Amino acid sequence: MRNRLALRTLALGYLAVLLLVPVGFVFYRTFEHGVSAAFDAVTTPAATHAFWLTIELVAIAVPLNTIFGVVMAIALVRGRFRGRSIVSAFIDLPLALSPVVIGLALILVWGTKGWFGQWFVDNGLQIIFSFPGLLLATIFVSLPFVVRETVPVLREIGTEQEEAAQTLGARPFQTFWRVTLPAIRWGVAYGVILTTARALGEFGAVSVVSGHLAGSTETLTLHVEDRYEAFDLTGAYAAAALLALIAVATLVSMTLLRRRRGDVGWASS
Amino acid sequence: MGYLSVIVLLPLAAVAARSMDGGLDAFWRAVSGAEAVAALKLTVIVSLIVAALNAVTGTLIAWVLVRDDFRGKRQISALIDLPFALPTIVAGLTLLALYGPRSPLHVDVSFTRVGIAMALLFVTLPFVVRSVQPVLLTLEPEAEEAAASLGAKPRQVFRRIVLPSIAPAILSGAGLAFARAVGEFGSIVLLSGNRPFRTEVASVFIYGRIQSDDITGAAAVSIVLLLVSLAVLIGIGLFGRRAVRDEE
Repeated sequence: MRNRLALRTLALGYLAVLLLVPVGFVFYRTFEHGVSAAFDAVTTPAATHAFWLTIELVAIAVPLNTIFGVVMAIALVRGRFRGRSIVSAFIDLPLALSPVVIGLALILVWGTKGWFGQWFVDNGLQIIFSFPGLLLATIFVSLPFVVRETVPVLREIGTEQEEAAQTLGARPFQTFWRVTLPAIRWGVAYGVILTTARALGEFGAVSVVSGHLAGSTETLTLHVEDRYEAFDLTGAYAAAALLALIAVATLVSMTLLRRRRGDVGWASS
Repeated sequence: MGYLSVIVLLPLAAVAARSMDGGLDAFWRAVSGAEAVAALKLTVIVSLIVAALNAVTGTLIAWVLVRDDFRGKRQISALIDLPFALPTIVAGLTLLALYGPRSPLHVDVSFTRVGIAMALLFVTLPFVVRSVQPVLLTLEPEAEEAAASLGAKPRQVFRRIVLPSIAPAILSGAGLAFARAVGEFGSIVLLSGNRPFRTEVASVFIYGRIQSDDITGAAAVSIVLLLVSLAVLIGIGLFGRRAVRDEE
């Protein structure tokens, strides 16, 4: 019994020192000078712009990756084509890459000295140091999650119901819409939450391709760094606290969804 | 398929091509420069230490969350995922607020290697816990109780009964944590001070090369970094397949 208590203290102590106290302290620092000071700090023009830019990126990247994720998962599980395991490995690649390397890779293709960048600039579309570059970076880093969460669920439900629907005369699209999608919806939803969290919070890749223009190409995470570097700690803590709040909301929805699906593990790949 | 190619494959091909732009000689010169070697070495060593620490603390936390019982256990268990949900720059700022130059505890780890290790421990916390926890849940406590009632000391029970079953999960969790730590950028950039040869990790080094327009150098070190984390991930994959086969 004494042993058990010692282990519990050790584990919780570690979590407290590394995780809970620091995160709590950021909230304390944010509201140290009152709620209105914190509110003012996140409603400066630069902060507001950064917030909406981040929301725009998420609003485009998440639906695209969701559609891609579901289609890809179905192709990987139900399809019969060669090189499926290679495709699957490539989808996981963004998880193994340093965000800085991802940013560099995008510059090399879409930057003015890159493979296609100059052509796009000549045709009036600047990609790097501009919105399309940020979007490409966001899509890249958040690509794997829907696929990874949907594949195991698709495997688990099997093909019997889909075959039954087809025998009864359902067209492929009807089968997908009425049979497959309802069965995988919680897996997809979980993937969407992970995608959103990653897209909102990405820093390294967007930092490389952004150009850091406040009020133009500065996302919320970049804004945190910018404020910190400018010694505006209230601004940095307030923006960080806003992001942390979104993270906590993400966490709560993850927990609720997991309970719904009835498992304890994370990312059941 | 086209989407995957345009978003992921094309850019990566560009990195590989660019790193070889000046031929193998230029590639070798870029990755064997003193600053690049120091950054890569620091990255791999700190990541190894962090992965090893995670193996211990992660197993401990998973064990406490599964076998122990106390109020608020469910909430704590949910909180383990917080580092995945929290943007990395916020993680860095968070540690800096409490353990930085303006620390109310007068503990300052900023601009040190300890600070880097702490940031990495923070962002990789969930990996081992989340890979060990489900395995522990499927283990019947009866075997442990039987061993204990036959006179085994707690340490023996753990080493002989529990550890063999969860070892593969610990290893794969630690491997994932290592792969993540090797490429980590956001949580370190504010905390480490990025002093060449002392606290500059590989991703920060690459970032610096990009800023000073040495794209070929950046691409070369990127390829090394990519190979290191790929090797680990492939290793985990092979190891996992063997573990599955052994069980069958």
